[in-house]
Amino acid sequence: MLLQIKNLHAGINGKEILRGVDLEVNAGEVHAIMGPNGTGKSTLASVIAGREVFDVTAGEIFYKGKDLQKLSIEDRAREGIFLGFQYPVEIPGVSITNFMRTAVNEVRKFKGLDPLPAGEFLRLMEEKKQLVEITSNLTNRSVNEGFSGGEKKKNEIFQMAMLEPTLAILDETDSGLDIDALRIVANGVNKLRRPDNAFVVITHYQRLLDYIVPDFVHVLFEGKIVKSGGKELALELEEKGYDWIKKEQE
Amino acid sequence: MESQANKILDEVTQGDYKYGFVTDIDTEFAPVGLSEDTIHYISAKKNEPAFMLEFRLKAYRHWLTMSQPKWAHLNISPINFQEIIFYAAPKKKKELSSLDEVDPELLATFNKLGISLDEQKKLAGVAGVAVDAVIDSVSVKTTFSETLSKHGIIFCSFSEAVQNHPDLVKQYMGSVVPYTDNYFAALNSAVFSDGSFCYIPKGVRCPMELSTYFRINAANTGQFERTLIVAEEGAYVSYMEGCTAPQRDENQLHAAIVEIVAMKDASVKYSTVQNWYPGDKNGLGGIYNFVTKRGICKGSNSKISWTQVETGSAITWKYPSCILLGDHSVGEFYSVAVTNNHQQADTGTKMMHLGKNTRSTIISKGISAGQSNNSYRGLVRISKNAVNSRNYSQCDSLLLGARCGAHTYPYIQVDNKSSIVEHEATTSKISEDQLFYCQQRGISNESAIGLIVNGYAKEVLKQLPMEFAVEAQKLLSISLEGSVG
Repeated sequence: MLLQIKNLHAGINGKEILRGVDLEVNAGEVHAIMGPNGTGKSTLASVIAGREVFDVTAGEIFYKGKDLQKLSIEDRAREGIFLGFQYPVEIPGVSITNFMRTAVNEVRKFKGLDPLPAGEFLRLMEEKKQLVEITSNLTNRSVNEGFSGGEKKKNEIFQMAMLEPTLAILDETDSGLDIDALRIVANGVNKLRRPDNAFVVITHYQRLLDYIVPDFVHVLFEGKIVKSGGKELALELEEKGYDWIKKEQE
Repeated sequence: MESQANKILDEVTQGDYKYGFVTDIDTEFAPVGLSEDTIHYISAKKNEPAFMLEFRLKAYRHWLTMSQPKWAHLNISPINFQEIIFYAAPKKKKELSSLDEVDPELLATFNKLGISLDEQKKLAGVAGVAVDAVIDSVSVKTTFSETLSKHGIIFCSFSEAVQNHPDLVKQYMGSVVPYTDNYFAALNSAVFSDGSFCYIPKGVRCPMELSTYFRINAANTGQFERTLIVAEEGAYVSYMEGCTAPQRDENQLHAAIVEIVAMKDASVKYSTVQNWYPGDKNGLGGIYNFVTKRGICKGSNSKISWTQVETGSAITWKYPSCILLGDHSVGEFYSVAVTNNHQQADTGTKMMHLGKNTRSTIISKGISAGQSNNSYRGLVRISKNAVNSRNYSQCDSLLLGARCGAHTYPYIQVDNKSSIVEHEATTSKISEDQLFYCQQRGISNESAIGLIVNGYAKEVLKQLPMEFAVEAQKLLSISLEGSVG
């Protein structure tokens, strides 16, 4: 099992947001996590990535059999956890090329590998850029600075392709995307699917799941996964709305 | 979130200084303290012509009438000039004719600092960098002098220039920074011991980067060097200086003067990477860096460009300036100043527009960490006759942590109606969001801060010559990081 979350409770500034989440993800699977605003979807993603502003108050997270809470943010990343951000931050003056070279080489160092020679790195970049249909000048620009919403999300998927994670969590990667960008982003993800990696796709809408077909759909509501099913659950949600879940819970 | 970011920044910004070693060199010293006798001693040691001694004595007598300026945003412990040694020179037994005769300890020192004094060692296909190596009070070796002289370029130590080109020295020394200019300029004019001299004749484009490497080695000494660059009509030169000093608990004084003269259509680019010992984490020791740098664009269409990366020194007090006398002349100032721990910097520029259609650009990037204080102080003055002149100033401050300070003191004076002056300023912090984003990609905090700071300073760093840019980038990270130093 790649990821195992047991009875996870977490919050921020003393306010509990996750109230006992259980989730199991195996290699080769795509999981979708859906749910209304403010139910803890992004918090779950942040806690898995190790963001320190969130406090884990109870429960366990295992990744490849390791207690994830004992690993630093960067070590979780180096072990193959990738978070596609909902709102990627701007880093002025730092080109994507330079940023990615630093990231790729730090991950390699962690694995005991030498830094990738410049030529090889650039070839890898070109290959991965095609995957998300990124034009060459985008990678010369500063990380996310002045990017459109679509460019920011493409950049997230590009970085994911470069880092080849084992567990990728995509936090509302579809928000703010037009239909073309959505297709490009989804295609990128589909091309990266392998039997030895897994995706957790967080989304509000069924729309993305037309392109990235999940094996499992979970509904997160008020800090708990209240319903799980196959891909047809997403369609049912689309049809009935989240009110249906709310009513069921009451 | 803030406190998290601050905690990380605090951990990461506890660096060590890696140039803090002392070399055991046989050194001769002037008697401790300052008097007319000291000045006679220095002048005699250097076998100077009478005009030099006269210049020094006039400067000294003027200095006695002055007091230390107090207007800067700096907290300076009193300097006891009677406890400083004003002249220290590595002993040499005879005139040096080749590198083999240079004290091997000195060569090793410069090798350790990454400065090659061996002309043979230049990389294939690269023009090379000519170096004047100054240790304590004297220049020990200038490379490529012969190659350069084929182009009519004079590049030598100031002492040699006094001996071999006294007329040029007499004509230009003190013409841009008179000894009456300020307290530290007067002091320097009285006791300066060496430095570099550079003369580019009419129409000559200097084929290689010229550089001076300054090293303080001896204890309790001050370094007072003087650099003079003259670019005749249509000449071009790019000049770089670097500096380091051993790690000591006492403060050491460095008071330098740089003068640049650019004639019609001449262009001078002056780059500095200043890495004097900054003192320890508690603010003990470090160099007092009080420097007067000024250039005059004498002829029309001339240009002087200052680029500085200031990471060292306990206290930095320095304002590389341009007097834009020639019509259509251009002045530029690009600066990155980093302060960490208890460092203090009050730095900026003066752009004095006197000629018509003169233009100036000021890009200043301050980075403060630890409990340091970092001030930008700049003056843009456009005189009545400087019609249609323009200035653009951008002063940004980046704060790392919550205990440091950033200050901006822009002074603007415009005396005609056809000129345009623009000033922009920002203050920012490294956010927890940025750090988390980098960490989530597997990048450690140290590397992340190095990346973010270098990105922030990019506009200035790209102005540096290639040879310097890489060193400066590393230095920026090192100055703020724990592990690398």
